[in-house]
Amino acid sequence: MPHSAPEISLTDGLDIVIDHDIDCDGAPDAVGALSEPTHENTLDHDMITEDTEDTQEKQVEGAVKVEAKPEVKLEDLFADVESDEEFPSSNHQNIKISSSPEAPSSPAQAGGDARASDNDVMRSFYQRLFPWRYLFQWLNHSPTPSTDFGHREFAFTLQNDAYLRYQSFPTAETLRKDVLRLMPSRFEIGPVYTTNPRDRKTLRKSSAFKPLAKELCFDIDLTDYDDIRTCCDKANICIKCWQFITMAIKVIDIALRDDFGFKHIVWIYSGRRGAHAWVCDKKARQMDDQKRRAIAGYLEVIKGGAQGGKKVNVKRPLHSHVARSLDILKTHFQSDILQDQDPWETDEKFDRLLELLPDRSLNDALRKKWSSAPGRASTSKWADIDVLAKSGASKNLDSKALLEAKQDILLEYTYPRLDIEVSKHLNHLLKSPFVVHPRTGRVCVPINPMKLGEFDPLDVPTVTDLLQEIDEWTAPEDDNGEKTVQDWEKTRLKPYVEYFKSFVQALMKDEKPVKVKRERDENVAGAMEF
Amino acid sequence: MIRQEFSRIDPKRRGILDHRKKQFATPAFQNVEYKHRLNFYITPPTADITLEQFEQWAIDRLRVLAELEACSFRNKSPAETAAHMKPILDRYLPLSSSTSGSATLQHERQKDHYSHFILRLAFASTEDLRRRFSRVETMLFRIRFQVDDLRERQAFVETLNLDWEPVGDDERREFAEELRAAGGGYPKRIEDESYFKVDWERVPELVENRRVFLKAGHAYVPGREQLSMVVAEFTGKMDKALELTSRALPRLDEDDRLSPILTHLSQNFTTPDAKYSTTSTSLPGADISARNIDALSASFPLCMQNLHRSLRRDAHLKHYGRLQYTLFLKGIGLNLEECLVFWRSSFSKFTDDVFNKEYRYNVRHAYGDVGGDSNRRGNGCSPFSCQKILTEHPPGPGEAHGCPYRHFSIDNLTNLLQQVGVKDQEVLRGVKEDKEKQKFHLACNRVFEYAHKQEIKKVRDEGTWGAAQLETIVHPNEYFKRSYLLKNLGRNPAVENGGDVKMEG
Repeated sequence: MPHSAPEISLTDGLDIVIDHDIDCDGAPDAVGALSEPTHENTLDHDMITEDTEDTQEKQVEGAVKVEAKPEVKLEDLFADVESDEEFPSSNHQNIKISSSPEAPSSPAQAGGDARASDNDVMRSFYQRLFPWRYLFQWLNHSPTPSTDFGHREFAFTLQNDAYLRYQSFPTAETLRKDVLRLMPSRFEIGPVYTTNPRDRKTLRKSSAFKPLAKELCFDIDLTDYDDIRTCCDKANICIKCWQFITMAIKVIDIALRDDFGFKHIVWIYSGRRGAHAWVCDKKARQMDDQKRRAIAGYLEVIKGGAQGGKKVNVKRPLHSHVARSLDILKTHFQSDILQDQDPWETDEKFDRLLELLPDRSLNDALRKKWSSAPGRASTSKWADIDVLAKSGASKNLDSKALLEAKQDILLEYTYPRLDIEVSKHLNHLLKSPFVVHPRTGRVCVPINPMKLGEFDPLDVPTVTDLLQEIDEWTAPEDDNGEKTVQDWEKTRLKPYVEYFKSFVQALMKDEKPVKVKRERDENVAGAMEF
Repeated sequence: MIRQEFSRIDPKRRGILDHRKKQFATPAFQNVEYKHRLNFYITPPTADITLEQFEQWAIDRLRVLAELEACSFRNKSPAETAAHMKPILDRYLPLSSSTSGSATLQHERQKDHYSHFILRLAFASTEDLRRRFSRVETMLFRIRFQVDDLRERQAFVETLNLDWEPVGDDERREFAEELRAAGGGYPKRIEDESYFKVDWERVPELVENRRVFLKAGHAYVPGREQLSMVVAEFTGKMDKALELTSRALPRLDEDDRLSPILTHLSQNFTTPDAKYSTTSTSLPGADISARNIDALSASFPLCMQNLHRSLRRDAHLKHYGRLQYTLFLKGIGLNLEECLVFWRSSFSKFTDDVFNKEYRYNVRHAYGDVGGDSNRRGNGCSPFSCQKILTEHPPGPGEAHGCPYRHFSIDNLTNLLQQVGVKDQEVLRGVKEDKEKQKFHLACNRVFEYAHKQEIKKVRDEGTWGAAQLETIVHPNEYFKRSYLLKNLGRNPAVENGGDVKMEG
């Protein structure tokens, strides 16, 4: 994550994209931003395709353009401007268009083998699906724009991999417009600063520009589990190793709620192989680095690098947080680790297990038994430890030490492995929810901790899926066209956006300034009685 | 502020004092009486002292603080530090207990009070100085708090008016098990300890180490942990005060009596690792280039050898590994171009494109070639000292940076040492003992001495190297420099001389 990389100036390839804004001579900007993607794209297609896309694709796009042109009617363009909806729907009064064969299909289909990073796909996504309003309300904590949003840093990763830091926006609409202008492949959210990040260089003293507040964040990434996961490695994941994330969310979520008393925690799928937590309580946002470090330390149990040997060293008796985590993780250990991961299947692998057990003669007995039965499942091996211990394989066995070692092993294989640097610093940037992961094309959707078990990362919709779903959507029979159906409601993004919306609303409710009772009036009334 | 108060005088009384008299009248401050041995340094001193006293007191306190900082750099345990500091404290900054009946009691406390505020002025100017000052002052306070008479300490704490909510009997019984677990099994009977309930943010230290029970944002702090709460309070208040002092500092600019003293004081408060500079380590005649790193790595300290080995094994290093290694290479005199060549060729699995996108920038940043103004002006970060490597960013899964003596398990450490050619059982045993005692410097120096046994003997016998050149190594680059010079003693006299001259300077 390029969190520490300072700004990089725009490079040549980008200028074309910027130019188009100016070249859109006749049409006012707002119209361009709000109207149908295919209509609006006609202008800049030529510019972008000329430069980057191959000619064949250009021809395909050209064909779409020709078909699309007759559909552009003036009232269509302005119909959306009148409603202040941020989520343009494909005109519901004209549903025929989306089902008719010559309809302006979304670029997902037009491109044929469209990749997620294609400009048109991304443009449609940002225009039609991205929940700008809720993102804004989430960061702003109230419906009216405030400095909570206005002084917040955004950082864009552009499609040529240039990284633009210190962007800021007064409202959701300006953010949306700039995203559509620059078409970042993703963007990140940083802290709220003392002043507008864009003005930082105009300040007399650079020390006056300081980060003030940011959500407390956690980052869990499956690559950190590479030494214990057997099913996949590197960037690959499957539902088996996703269970590591499931366990992590359970353990961290309950600790943050019960121990620290935080209420507004949202978990976001990172788009590929991990999850992020955003703790949004006011108190959490205002913590300094020391307090963030304290929480990170409190939650960190797995320590030490590749060569560190034993990674879990917890005090006995177990602190209530560790004891509770152990309780949660026990069942997962049996099913998700011993059965699914089978971490000690082969000879080299079970040596790792023996290293962690304290009693030498018991280890010898175990090694003998396992070597004679190659491929014995980890579940059986785990059970063997107790069986052999009871049978008296070791004369002076310290059963307490063995139990503790077993607990430590359990923790080492299940306890969350946090990328702790993300949590420790106030000014760390983290990818925004709902952006698209550039490699997988999956949307970074929120994970509902109530339905954690049902979440399957491979089932998360990709941006091309979603655009197709909009096109395939037909209005229900009883729809009389009164209610505008937003584009995201036509897709599988709907439950995710709705969950995020309810989360944001609960947060805003708590942030609402408490109305001061008019005590004076009561007093006056009281005084009148005498 | 004073002016403001003046204007607020009741208008009817304004005329009583002639303004000329008012202007030159000595302000009537209440004389401070020091009731307690400990001091939170809330009220600034107001009485007059001589310039000599001003300087002398400050220097005395500075001696104490510098010594304290040195203790933390040498990784001494709190008990060792306290033992080490006792004679120094008694000499320069004694503080008797109230019951001692010492005649100089008030004087001692005054000196403590005044010297603190003088140094506060001297160290408020930059962020770095403030942080260090607050750190060592906290250490000093902690040591004094621990040795303070129990009753006096209690009396002192009560004057602080910290709002701590006591935990009732019922609640204590309800969470008895959790409370005991958080205390590491202490107390045996829950009735033996009293608990306070405070917002967890006030005891971050205890939370970080899981030494308190947490519930709904409240930390249940046992009475015996009072120390860390009082200390946290002390640090918090002082950090704020330092911040305010720094803002008031410019008013002193005109003063030609105090400013020179204060500047002088703050300059003398330098960190040991600040002594290290890249210019003093250049090794004339040495071939420091990308292709020669493999050969040079024999002279690297274990931390860097480990990074080098990991890099050669995996053709990759994670972020902090790259940072630690790049800065070290910069420190031994590898220039930016060569360094980029080195990393490019080492990351053999990546394409040029990926390398340029993901890694090139960070290497250039470390050299100060890109980045913010201050980064470029300072030529990037300075190479990490042992202190930094030992205390910051312990390596996580899959990371190879850090100090092997500290971050490796003893088995893996022994393994690595054997791989780099340290096979002597006695040395290995010594390293193990050092590690157990957390004397990581000693372990590293032990290995250094073993690896350069003959050369060290030679320079000792010939008297070409003074004691200063053979003192404990506390910087990886110093390790390399010394190792390189020793290894090349006979071969290249020019280097030897060059190195010698450099070292004297």
